[in-house]
Amino acid sequence: MIAHAIFFYTFSIIAVVSAIMVTASKNTVHSVFFLILDFISISCLFIMIGAEFLGMIMLIVYVGAVAVLFLFVVMMLNVAQQKNQWFAAKDSSKHIPIGLVISTLIFIEIMIVIGGWKYKPDLFDINNSLSQTSVSNTHSLGQILYTDYIHVFQISGMILLVAMVGAIVLTFRQRSGVKRQSYIKQISRERAEGVEVLEVQSNKGVKIDD
Amino acid sequence: MEYLNIFFDEVYKILFLLVPVLVSVAMIVWLDRRIWAFVQKRQGPNVVGPFGLLQSLADALKYIFKEMIIPSSSNKVIFILAPIVTMTLALIAWAVIPFSATQVLADINVGILYLFAVSSLGVYGIIMGGWASNSKYPFLGAIRSAAQMVSYEVSIGVIIINVLLCVGSLNLNDIVIAQQNVWFVIPLFPMFVIFFISALAETNRPPFDLPEAEAELVAGYQTEYSGMMYAMFWLGEYANILLMCAMGAILFLGGWLSPIELYPFTLIPGAIWLILKILLLFFLFALVKAIVPRYRYDQLMRLGWKVFLPLSLIWVVLTASFLFYFNLLPVN
Repeated sequence: MIAHAIFFYTFSIIAVVSAIMVTASKNTVHSVFFLILDFISISCLFIMIGAEFLGMIMLIVYVGAVAVLFLFVVMMLNVAQQKNQWFAAKDSSKHIPIGLVISTLIFIEIMIVIGGWKYKPDLFDINNSLSQTSVSNTHSLGQILYTDYIHVFQISGMILLVAMVGAIVLTFRQRSGVKRQSYIKQISRERAEGVEVLEVQSNKGVKIDD
Repeated sequence: MEYLNIFFDEVYKILFLLVPVLVSVAMIVWLDRRIWAFVQKRQGPNVVGPFGLLQSLADALKYIFKEMIIPSSSNKVIFILAPIVTMTLALIAWAVIPFSATQVLADINVGILYLFAVSSLGVYGIIMGGWASNSKYPFLGAIRSAAQMVSYEVSIGVIIINVLLCVGSLNLNDIVIAQQNVWFVIPLFPMFVIFFISALAETNRPPFDLPEAEAELVAGYQTEYSGMMYAMFWLGEYANILLMCAMGAILFLGGWLSPIELYPFTLIPGAIWLILKILLLFFLFALVKAIVPRYRYDQLMRLGWKVFLPLSLIWVVLTASFLFYFNLLPVN
């Protein structure tokens, strides 16, 4: 139990400190690296409560894909040297009230959920929770996700698809005068259409189209 | 005291796994150069030791005694961290590789996801190295490599789903045992080919070695590295290649199973079979390096997103419907 507590507090301290450093660090690229550290320690916490599938998916999706794209954007936009820190900057101080309101709301929501879970356990369907079943949590997640919540699951997939198509439509522009390469055309080119033998008469030359 | 015993037991096991992996990485570099040379009718490294076997050792010694140069305008912490990350990620993945039914360091439920996660984290070593060098060529190399690795990861993930549909478990030992009747390379042969090519792209091997395309980018993300840090990148890269070969051997070639379940073959321990299969795949890796010209970058992206991804997705649907129709699904 002591080892468990030591690991839990190590990972959660790393998670909280790196979450603070995401907003506090001067360099934007460093912020993204702290975000990655945060994701990794949270996935460690997931694994510690026995949700190994969620932990691994967290690593694959957030660290392996999303954060790479973050890094990509941050590096490409050349915003690496941000001069102001959030607590020292004058411009950002007007965002603080809004931020405070939102974080208070989130805090109250979490309090309600955790309080309800703690004092009125019968409000929640215990039979469906992960820790109660003996099968591995990948199987139990699949059984819940693909039976009871299949519609929600499908709808969230559709929303992601629509967002992707929307992003492509917004950024896509057809440019004229761009030469496109067609593999089939290149491979199926015959000698007859590539080479033409002409009889050139002296002092007359040949007129070639285009 | 009890904790200490457990701790030292684990450390002993880890060393017993890591030291052979590191030695075989050194050997595999020699093998790679040798095969490459033989295809081109050269001799390759054959001077240091018998058949040149100690060449990698000599190289490593040279790197250790070279000066480590840290560029003054680089971001020093991340610059030093990058090769360490590459090396560590390449080595920690070996924890879940099963060498036989019992010889596995961590027999976790989500072994294949762990492998996939670690191989997808490999991109960070390259990005960090490229960005922290604060120089044009490394940065371009790193950006190229990140885009390439993220793209090919997608198709590798979908190919893994194909295998998982036939197994019904994420445990690597279960995946191996599920191939007792027939190795997955036979029913899923197209997926094996796509996996092999994606693995080439994922490990930045030729013909997809654009991140370090020496004709355009000097040495890509490694340009500013020297001495031991360069050697760590280099070792990490080869450890990753070995890991990809091991992943291919486990997913498609039956892992530690012997090819024929008959008397003389079953005497040979599973670890030997796994190593032989890894070597076979590595031989193919080395051959491809010698005989295939380098891809252009747009062709590479096209291959990943427009050919491999749709193909592997269609194959998922085919596999799933086949298994469903013939009532072969492993989990009900």
